[in-house]
Amino acid sequence: MFERIKYLAIKEFIQTFRDRRRRILLIISPLIQLFLFGYVATLDVDNVSTALLDLDRSQESRELVRRLEASGYFTITSLPASQREIGYLLDKGEVLVAIRINRGFSKDIKRHAAPAGLQVLVDGTDSNSALIAMSHVAMIVERFSQDLALPATVSAAQTDFRTRVWYNPDLRSRNFLLPGVIALITLLTCLMTTSMAVVREREVGTIEQLMVTPIRPLELVVAKMSPSAAIGFGQMILVTAVGVLWFHVPIKGSLPFLFLCTGVYLLSILGIGLFISTISKTQQQAMMASFFFFQPTVLLSGFATPIENMPLGFQYITYFSPLRYFLVIVRGIFLKGVGMDVLWPQVLALLLLGIAIFAVSAMRFKKRLA
Amino acid sequence: MSPLRIKAIAHKEWIQVRRDHLSLAMAFLLPVILLLIYAYAITFDVNNILMAVYDQDKSSLSRELVAQFTESGYFTTVAYPDSYTQIDRYLDSDSARVALVIPFDFSKNIRTGRRSSVEVLLDGSNSNTATIALGYITGIAGQFSRRQASSPIPPVIDLRNRVWYNPELKSRNFVIPGLIALIMSVIVSVLTSLTIAREWDRGTMEQLISTPVKPAELVIGKLIPYFLIGFADTALCVLISAFLLGVPLRGSIFLLFAASAIFLTGGLSFGVLISAATRNQLFASMLGMLTSFLPSFLLSGFVFSIANMPAPLRVVTYAVPARYFVSILKGIFLKGIGMRFLALEMALLSLYGAVVFILACRKLKKRIE
Repeated sequence: MFERIKYLAIKEFIQTFRDRRRRILLIISPLIQLFLFGYVATLDVDNVSTALLDLDRSQESRELVRRLEASGYFTITSLPASQREIGYLLDKGEVLVAIRINRGFSKDIKRHAAPAGLQVLVDGTDSNSALIAMSHVAMIVERFSQDLALPATVSAAQTDFRTRVWYNPDLRSRNFLLPGVIALITLLTCLMTTSMAVVREREVGTIEQLMVTPIRPLELVVAKMSPSAAIGFGQMILVTAVGVLWFHVPIKGSLPFLFLCTGVYLLSILGIGLFISTISKTQQQAMMASFFFFQPTVLLSGFATPIENMPLGFQYITYFSPLRYFLVIVRGIFLKGVGMDVLWPQVLALLLLGIAIFAVSAMRFKKRLA
Repeated sequence: MSPLRIKAIAHKEWIQVRRDHLSLAMAFLLPVILLLIYAYAITFDVNNILMAVYDQDKSSLSRELVAQFTESGYFTTVAYPDSYTQIDRYLDSDSARVALVIPFDFSKNIRTGRRSSVEVLLDGSNSNTATIALGYITGIAGQFSRRQASSPIPPVIDLRNRVWYNPELKSRNFVIPGLIALIMSVIVSVLTSLTIAREWDRGTMEQLISTPVKPAELVIGKLIPYFLIGFADTALCVLISAFLLGVPLRGSIFLLFAASAIFLTGGLSFGVLISAATRNQLFASMLGMLTSFLPSFLLSGFVFSIANMPAPLRVVTYAVPARYFVSILKGIFLKGIGMRFLALEMALLSLYGAVVFILACRKLKKRIE
């Protein structure tokens, strides 16, 4: 039995890696994805181009502006002269934020009669950046007004809020996203190579030749999967190495544990790839189906937006997604440095899911061959 | 160029497309599913931050502070640990994102007019939600301090935020117009990147070569059925977004469809170009994914803003057609702007379409001869 699997696996490896262009693509493609994600996929909001309309021109207003700029979050790029001009700048998309300091700003601060007026206009098209920019403004203004208030009221009954950020103290979104990219890259490549490799035999007609050999369906499955599994592992190692060495993503947990979990994860992915191959007749269908599966899975995995913010119905769906568990595992290993003692529920869920998916797919595959 | 031959090729391709029920179903279902997920499940809003409270003080004041967090609507208390090790556990296992530690002497200090301190531990692994949560925490902290002061201090500065174009900051409005561009890029490249490669793989290309059909006719003929599918898809997406999901469509719908037609032509020609260049279906599909889906997703300004990218990549984005289409879609949907602001984007999109179409024809010609 092992003999048969071995020879068929060798044939599969030759077929998969024969083409030089494809070999190159298998290495280049994850690297391009990683570099794109590494450099592009930042949700950080720094140096937001900001318009400033300072109608007060006082010491206080200048101090506030200085603080906004010194924070590094805002860069004043234009000084409109009127509200109309602000509207034009926002329409053109030249600035994302416009700050308008009303006349009497400093007088109100000194008199303590009415709160001093400060208006912030935000382009909400990009709701995420808008939310973050507003949060930055609020923090800066809060600190500013605290500093202003201090001399007036004795610092009595002040409560300090000491905030400490764990795991990713600089709040770099790269550290959050890159470990997830490892999971994504393996997912897409393995799905496509597995499903298309099986369908190809059917499309080209060589499946009949395989069926007349003494090989059994399950052996055929194992042999067919082996190049995809190798690609999955290879890409995972490549991406991890580049992520850690080039992008300085911290890896606090254990590497062997990461490999072990990748193996468990691949079980589910290859199983799904096999399933897709049983429902598709042509390679085009297999490719579309892979993609059809890939897209919603990524969205409902917690890759970019947290699962706890989704409506409850969608949250239940995510329990069936292997990606959901694997993302918690990779992030746990990379950022938190936790191991089996914390992650066992995820590993167990991934394993059960993998076995179930693989069993169903293998059964379907067997039936289709028979 | 003969219209008759184009018609024949288009007819043949149409029959092949129509016969493939699975692909056809996916071509129409995928956009709908993606739109629904993005509309209902994906939100960048942060309003359910899981919080663990370690209240060592257990006084009315400490409870008031906790209440202020939960009443803000952004935080949900999920656990009451009673040691730092337990807090570790909650944060490590993702059961809580924020931990609030109120020390023993919290209420005593406040009553005697001394400074008190509260510790907030925040899971920063998701930097995006953490940043937003940090803003909420600062706000709540300021409110609390002011309220506890010996004589309540009115806020010194009255900060008024006004949000334009998308006042409720619905991520739906931000994402969906761009999503249409992404869906189109994907559908179009998936549909066409295999059409020529398939003919090579199956050996039917020789049959096509032996007919008098010319490369340009072959490209146009192959494009027509996919163009119709893509256009129907776009219309479906626009209608669902505007009428079912309530994304405001403020600009001209005709301009929107004109831009879509131009974008589709470019995308489809690009698929044919890949297909002609590779001759192998798996290779074509991977290349298509790499050159169409990824750039449209990452380099188009769909979610990740172009202004934040490093300069070399910003230059690259000019070569990504989805970039122009995304800004056209967002402009028409949310800002309601017209040709006056979008003329440049439209022109560049057309230029791209024309160049890729010519390249596809030439590539095919070389292959055929």
